[in-house]
Amino acid sequence: MIAEGIASPAGAPLLQAAEVTVTYRTAEGPITALDGVSLDIHAGKMVGLIGPNGSGKTTFIRAVTGVAPAQGSIAIGGLATGGLPPQDVARLVAIVPQEPSLPPAFTALDCVLMGRTPHLRLLQNEGPHDIEIAREAMLATNTWGIAERRLGELSGGERQRVVVARALAQETPLLMLDEPTAHLDIGHQAAVLGLVRSIARTEGKAVLAVVHDLTLAAQYCDRIVALKSGRVVAQGAADEVIHPEILRQVYGMDVRVLRHPDTGLPVVAPVNGRFV
Amino acid sequence: MKTLERLRPSRAADVRGLPVSWGRPGPWPALSVGLLALLGAAALGLTLGPTSVPLEATVRVLVSHLPGIDVDQGVSVAQRNIIWDIRLPRVLLAGIAGATLALTGATYQGVFRNPLADPYLIGVATGAALGATIVVVSDVSVSWHGLSLLPLAAFAGALASVILVYGIARVGGRTPATTLILAGVAVASLSTAVTSYLMIKDTTNAGAILSVTLGGFNTASWAKVAWVVPYVIPAAIIIPMYGRVLNVLSLEEEQARFLGVDVERTRLMLLAVASLAAAAAVSVSGTIGFVGLIVPHAVRLALGPDNRRLLPLSMLSGAAFLISADLVARMADRPAEVPVGIITAICGVPFFLYLLRRAKLGAYF
Repeated sequence: MIAEGIASPAGAPLLQAAEVTVTYRTAEGPITALDGVSLDIHAGKMVGLIGPNGSGKTTFIRAVTGVAPAQGSIAIGGLATGGLPPQDVARLVAIVPQEPSLPPAFTALDCVLMGRTPHLRLLQNEGPHDIEIAREAMLATNTWGIAERRLGELSGGERQRVVVARALAQETPLLMLDEPTAHLDIGHQAAVLGLVRSIARTEGKAVLAVVHDLTLAAQYCDRIVALKSGRVVAQGAADEVIHPEILRQVYGMDVRVLRHPDTGLPVVAPVNGRFV
Repeated sequence: MKTLERLRPSRAADVRGLPVSWGRPGPWPALSVGLLALLGAAALGLTLGPTSVPLEATVRVLVSHLPGIDVDQGVSVAQRNIIWDIRLPRVLLAGIAGATLALTGATYQGVFRNPLADPYLIGVATGAALGATIVVVSDVSVSWHGLSLLPLAAFAGALASVILVYGIARVGGRTPATTLILAGVAVASLSTAVTSYLMIKDTTNAGAILSVTLGGFNTASWAKVAWVVPYVIPAAIIIPMYGRVLNVLSLEEEQARFLGVDVERTRLMLLAVASLAAAAAVSVSGTIGFVGLIVPHAVRLALGPDNRRLLPLSMLSGAAFLISADLVARMADRPAEVPVGIITAICGVPFFLYLLRRAKLGAYF
């Protein structure tokens, strides 16, 4: 419903975040987790969010969903998300959280069907339409074969793909993934990011992925945004951001940037792991 | 529902060569079994007792209370009174208390994502015991609409305790589950300490206080049934409506929120409705242990974690269980009565442990 009603003018970004600031109050005084971050994502594009631990990547995702109280303006498809009830927000943006813990006794299909929550009224159960959407999402993520297995029996890679399927079942124009490749082997890392990119392309979703592996980010993302201490340090194509000087500025570390022999995209190699 | 079952992967072997594993039965077989168990327990509870009344006479007495029907001529007045004024309210009260404790237990476990949660977690039981103890000790005897002051004071104590716990745990518009549980445990210890002190100071009434704490239905009356029902009905209607949402709440709080559930509001609403019902139940039954913990887990072990089945079935099984336990309490040590809380523990715990051993991996929650 809301997602279908979005008619953003051609060329306007699907996610428009302007001057987003998030301040947490703590016992030691206020801490600014995000400091005037502006970030746009167009439909069909995948943006990689990089930056050291604590630079505000997860906070940005929480700000977009309204979980973290943010100043500034955030709009999805031209609709300001501030003050929207959670159910409406969940029809606009789906999140794949960082290392989500899942209830072990529910099946993978149960979990994916929970992605239909924002589209169901209180007394409504999942109908054939919802099951069909869940099935599509599970076919896309190669999890339909484990649909009736319990979540507690799944491997880390299977669980990660089930959670991606759950996010797809939400049928939102915007998809945000918080370190979707953490704890996955290199094969599953490539599979998950490749899947997400192809979903962005074929379904015209706007995708934001927090990725720690800079080489992977460079291979799969259309654009990369680098955060440090809650501010955007650089953004642009992989070539512009995955650059020794910028990475030195962001991570405080010397790296060598090579070229992928097949794609010509940047490949990052640390230099002796020295912090500078 | 039929289409839904057909679309389940287990039946969809044509889709990418999936294994045909198992189909799930609908909710009706389980609900029918639960209902039959409840009716069976109720029938036994009405017919068995120190004075045995034949089943046929029992049915006659019950049916004759329907308007326009009068078929109890052959039944003695004493038997009529036993059935209608003593056993029926007792069975009803045990059933209502059992259903409430099991339903609110399942609710608390779901809301707190904690398998150890039960209706007494945030202070209902100890608050009720303290409220009742204060009345016993102060030796006032006031009655209100046929009710003694005891259940009213227990109810007030239970509610005061819950409100206190919730008020302490609420920080900046949020109520973290861990804080709530810890606050509940702390306040419970405090009320228990005060109750124990009052009991020791007033040894003449120690027996009365102990019997309130252990719980039972030997003082059941229609007045108590009428008192408890208005608090229990909202819970029995509203909580099962939230079955699907409670499934989503079994995810981490933030995940549930990302899926569009207003976690804080839903949790507060469910806790309020459940606590009100549990407080009312405890005020007439005393603090009967294990029902709210064991019954929902037994249902979960048998039927899986889906709250849409768990909640209604916990109600039916809880009612059947407590009616049966009360029957044993009446019959085991005639003419004396064993406190029903002792029966629920002695019968319920081994059964529960058996189920627990049988469950593979322990991953059923």
